[in-house]
Amino acid sequence: MSAERRTRWLGLGLEVTVPVLVLVIWGLASANSDTYYFPPLTDILSTFADTWLFERVGSDVVPSLVRMGLGYAIAVVVAIALGMLFGLSRRARIAAAPIVEFLRAIPPPALLPFAILVIGVGSSMKVFIIAFVCIWPILLNTIDGVRGIDPTLDDTTRVYGVSRRDRVWRVMLPAASPQIFAGMRTSLSLALILMVISEMVASTNGIGYFVLQSQRTFAISEMWSGILLLGILGYVLNGVFVLIERRVLRWHRGARASALG
Amino acid sequence: MRRIPDRALPWLSVLGVLALFELLPRIGVLPSDHFPPISETLSTLFDQLGESRFWEAVGNTLEGWALGLGIAAGLAIPIGIVIGSSRLLYRATRGVIEFLRPIPSVALIPLAILIYGTGLQSKVFLAAFASFWQVLVATLYGVQDVDPVATDTARSFGFSRPQRLLRVTLPSAIPYIATGVRIASAVSLILTVTAELVIGAAGLGRSINLARSGGNEELMYALILATGVLGLLLNAVFQRVERRVLHWHPSQRTARAAA
Repeated sequence: MSAERRTRWLGLGLEVTVPVLVLVIWGLASANSDTYYFPPLTDILSTFADTWLFERVGSDVVPSLVRMGLGYAIAVVVAIALGMLFGLSRRARIAAAPIVEFLRAIPPPALLPFAILVIGVGSSMKVFIIAFVCIWPILLNTIDGVRGIDPTLDDTTRVYGVSRRDRVWRVMLPAASPQIFAGMRTSLSLALILMVISEMVASTNGIGYFVLQSQRTFAISEMWSGILLLGILGYVLNGVFVLIERRVLRWHRGARASALG
Repeated sequence: MRRIPDRALPWLSVLGVLALFELLPRIGVLPSDHFPPISETLSTLFDQLGESRFWEAVGNTLEGWALGLGIAAGLAIPIGIVIGSSRLLYRATRGVIEFLRPIPSVALIPLAILIYGTGLQSKVFLAAFASFWQVLVATLYGVQDVDPVATDTARSFGFSRPQRLLRVTLPSAIPYIATGVRIASAVSLILTVTAELVIGAAGLGRSINLARSGGNEELMYALILATGVLGLLLNAVFQRVERRVLHWHPSQRTARAAA
């Protein structure tokens, strides 16, 4: 018992101290760094404070986040709607399968030149490419979720004369939501990646643009501060998403836990 | 009206989409300077199949993909097994892994250019970095999901630690690892194409961008189609290998029974 407890505390201690230790080592190892590409951590952090708190928030961070949020939101709505349709109709699903499979297999950046050609280099191009790429994981998960609904549940609602609209909104959507959330989580990281790439390829502002531009002008500390910001952004977005998912799917986790006894 | 048989549905829908992209540009609903009729795109693609430059680009892309995936798997599987089989090591590294994993790998593009230049090395670095996390996390899950009864049984029968690793842990983790590698393969291809597009390393991504800036729309669409086919093929190959190698595993057996 006490040995087990000791291991548990040791584990917790390690979980907290190791990341801190990594940062400290990075800081110490780079403190007197003359290497041009790896400036001291303290330099990066002070540049970070100068650049991102809050000088460039309005000019770069906000436009980036707006593009990403819009693209992601469009993808969520379209994918869930299509996913319900394909999940409910077997024939629609069979007919759409080859097209979905092919569009999904195209590596997303390969579509960027197409989007630039057709839509131009503005914000709508970025929103389009983000939405287009984020659709697939959500769509496929929604289809799986709807197909996996307990047939008894479906039959029961039918027998009780629940209208089609209510069945979709109150039975199918909630029942498929754990899977939908899994797809949305995958898509969230895709949205961030596509935001960065699309801004690197063609943009005049945004975080991706800033990072690449800093590298091209050899503003190395600025470049590192941008990379750091993107890392933090990825981490925070993921964390916020997990919190929301936990809250929305509380009933699901509860049902699972009680079913498992 | 007779019902269309299910088997014909996928063919019909593909034909329908092709017909749509043939007709809409011709009658002017889609601007034909941005959307050449699909027949022209397909014939360009067909011509490309005889061009050595096309195959060179495909080869360059595949080279970046394979090296990136290979390096990622070669590092992530051993590291994942070591970390996953020790509780303390897992907890110690979890925070670092959870922080590094969601970092969009494309954020490292400028760093890759600085350190490795604009050639193959940059491409491989980015592809390997992004794929590494997929394989690592899958391996960690796999190792931790080993049935404790199996481990305990092996232990009580006097299996040594390396033996247990080889005969119990690895076989039961392999399906997870295989799935991780398959996803990592797609990720590696995405990052390879991204690097070609953004950095300008030789390969399909750069060719697509050059075709666009050169105003050669048919070629651009043909190359995008080719990239999609490449993605499909790689995925199909992995699924087939997975099925063959893991034919003994329940997940594959049920999958086959269902199909």
